[in-house]
Amino acid sequence: MKNIFSILKFTLFMVVLLAVIYPMAIFGIAQLAPNKGKGETITVNGKVVGYQKIGQKFDKSNYFWGRPSAVDYNAAGSGGSNKGPSNSDYLALVQKRIDTFLIVHPYLKKSEIPADMVTASGSGLDPNISPQAALIQIKRVAKERNLSEEKVKALVQAKINTPAVIGTATVNVLELNVALDELK
Amino acid sequence: MNTELFGVISIFIISIILAVPVGKYIAKVFTGDKTLLDPIFNPIEKFIFKISGINSTEEMNWKQHLKALLSVNMVWFFLCFFVLLFQGSMPLNPDNNPNMTPDLAFNTAISFMVNCNLQHYSGETGVSYLSQMVLMFLQFVSAGVGMAAAAMVFTAMKERTTDKLGNFYNYFIKSCTRILLPLSALVAIALLFSGTPMTFEGKDTITTLQGDSVAVSRGPAAAFIGIKHIGTNGGGFFGANSAHPLENPTYFTNAVELWAQLIIPFAMIFALGFYLKKRRLSYVVFGVMTVGFLLLVIPTVISELNGNPAIEKMGIAQTTGAMEGKEVRFGPAISGFWSIATTVISTGSVNSMHDSSMPVSGSMQLLAMMVNAFYGGCGVGFLNFYIFIILAVFISGLMVGRTPEFLGKKIEAREVKIAAFIAILHPLLILSGTALASYFAANDTAMGYWFSGNATGWLNNPGNHGFSEMLYEYTSSAANNGSGFEGLGDNNPFWNITTGIVLLLSRFLPIIGPLAIAGLLANKKYIPESAGTLKTDTTIFGVMVFAVIAIIAALSFFPALALGPLAEYFTLK
Repeated sequence: MKNIFSILKFTLFMVVLLAVIYPMAIFGIAQLAPNKGKGETITVNGKVVGYQKIGQKFDKSNYFWGRPSAVDYNAAGSGGSNKGPSNSDYLALVQKRIDTFLIVHPYLKKSEIPADMVTASGSGLDPNISPQAALIQIKRVAKERNLSEEKVKALVQAKINTPAVIGTATVNVLELNVALDELK
Repeated sequence: MNTELFGVISIFIISIILAVPVGKYIAKVFTGDKTLLDPIFNPIEKFIFKISGINSTEEMNWKQHLKALLSVNMVWFFLCFFVLLFQGSMPLNPDNNPNMTPDLAFNTAISFMVNCNLQHYSGETGVSYLSQMVLMFLQFVSAGVGMAAAAMVFTAMKERTTDKLGNFYNYFIKSCTRILLPLSALVAIALLFSGTPMTFEGKDTITTLQGDSVAVSRGPAAAFIGIKHIGTNGGGFFGANSAHPLENPTYFTNAVELWAQLIIPFAMIFALGFYLKKRRLSYVVFGVMTVGFLLLVIPTVISELNGNPAIEKMGIAQTTGAMEGKEVRFGPAISGFWSIATTVISTGSVNSMHDSSMPVSGSMQLLAMMVNAFYGGCGVGFLNFYIFIILAVFISGLMVGRTPEFLGKKIEAREVKIAAFIAILHPLLILSGTALASYFAANDTAMGYWFSGNATGWLNNPGNHGFSEMLYEYTSSAANNGSGFEGLGDNNPFWNITTGIVLLLSRFLPIIGPLAIAGLLANKKYIPESAGTLKTDTTIFGVMVFAVIAIIAALSFFPALALGPLAEYFTLK
């Protein structure tokens, strides 16, 4: 019994050290981090329109679209589809996404559609698409906004993050669309 | 694609190179040599021990170690269980998340206590910030317990006859304060400045660019994710774990988190060499583990880069590889590498959804956890490998007709019996659990209290892949891994309770076994090395250990793998 009491006291002190002092120290350092550790936001005209790292839903035809999402970009949760690669319902869904995409982008060849545009991400909140996925949407977006394709293309190209040494090439959809709204 | 492969290779090599000095440091900590952080932590530890009335200098034998280890764990379990049950009405709950059901609290408390972190809840909706902090506490101490157990085994391997094997509390607190805490803080800071939040404010509601209203979950994540990887825990702050853009915002943080989960398992092996002054032995062990790891990781990365053959047939461009369940900022190469790193090591954090991995990758992830001895979790990785060393010594001894010896100690019937029992326990728990669940699923049994509806309802995918989901869940539990084929509907009494039991047995028996063997061996007479001694620090012995591991894993698990991912592979072709 004395033993258990010792362990209880020991546990209490370890909790203070590891679950109070440690997180408070990190919380203190967070005050120096971008947006004081509350997550980086993007503002337009003084209004927060989103978190830079969190993908959001774009389905209006005058915007660049992100990837399909298993949680419909509801950032109160997160998750993937968890569909196995041989699941026939899943494969039918991918086929349907391809067909829909081709209807909205009639100028495209099927082989130009990259896989990330028709598959759901792991988090359901993927903020990025591949450069190819952005490039194939240019014609649609330019037409909807009465902008020249060259102008939109230049914008997309400026927004492609190419890795210097290691990593993958990405386009942040929200940042691209914010810049698109500013384009005259 | 080249920048992706280069990323994988450079992260792996940097982790190995950095593991050598870290290993040297860990050996110094366990020996009790002076270290940089002594001025800060020595007084704190002295104070804690004095107030608690624990003597941290008294030498313990292996039974006393075990008693201390089991009693602290019991106290922690009840602490966590209680908090999870009543979190709804406790402080630090800005999102008003509800209490956990008793079966879920049982599973979660055990799961974090045993360093597994199987999560049958989602971080955003399932736990309060207070619970997150308590779970974070368990992430520290469960890793500390693993390292303290390994430290005792290291001490027992010294060339002498004794039953004095150091002090559990001393090893434990030193592991926490000198190793886990500073490394976790480093990782947390790197994440903070890359965009991971550390705030106690609740969900933020915003209006998106195109005008939808959406809530965004945040929280004190950075501190949590530091120890999540350093302690090879893997319990995610958010539901999507390290695929979540706040939990793992960039390719750089992904590299940091990979490094963080690799570093202690790597370094522990080098620490063994420095601690015993047997560098060659640690190189042999590390070599065997690395060969095993590469054999698992290479096919995985290739199959993820090649993409899904069924989608290839639809005629789109799969130049970026298989993307279902993956994030664009990581890509398939590093995601495939991570999926094996996280399964050989018992981390279980994921940066892609394993349920959507290609069949080859799925079988490699399963195999990694079935073997459970390549690198392995914080501290306990070496304990699992130790069992295979004992078996290999015994079998080689029989082959050459000599009394088997390991580091100057005779391996006799009792030690071999314990080792054999532990080696068989792993497949026994996995396969009997999977058999039980598959039986219900095959008959589509109405589960009553145990699951709302019929048993096939817990599957998210049909056919072979559905079987893999159940196999994966028990494998992950028995390996104390914590990743999942997350499509499985696992938050219900059936899965919470059965995996909870598997978790307990597969954590503590594989700690008790090696501790007992090491304790028994330490007590035996030391026989100096002679011409007739079987040398254990040679390549030949390494091959022998590898063969024992391969035979035990392949023989016990091949039929199950054939029914799951292998069958799926052939149907996809």
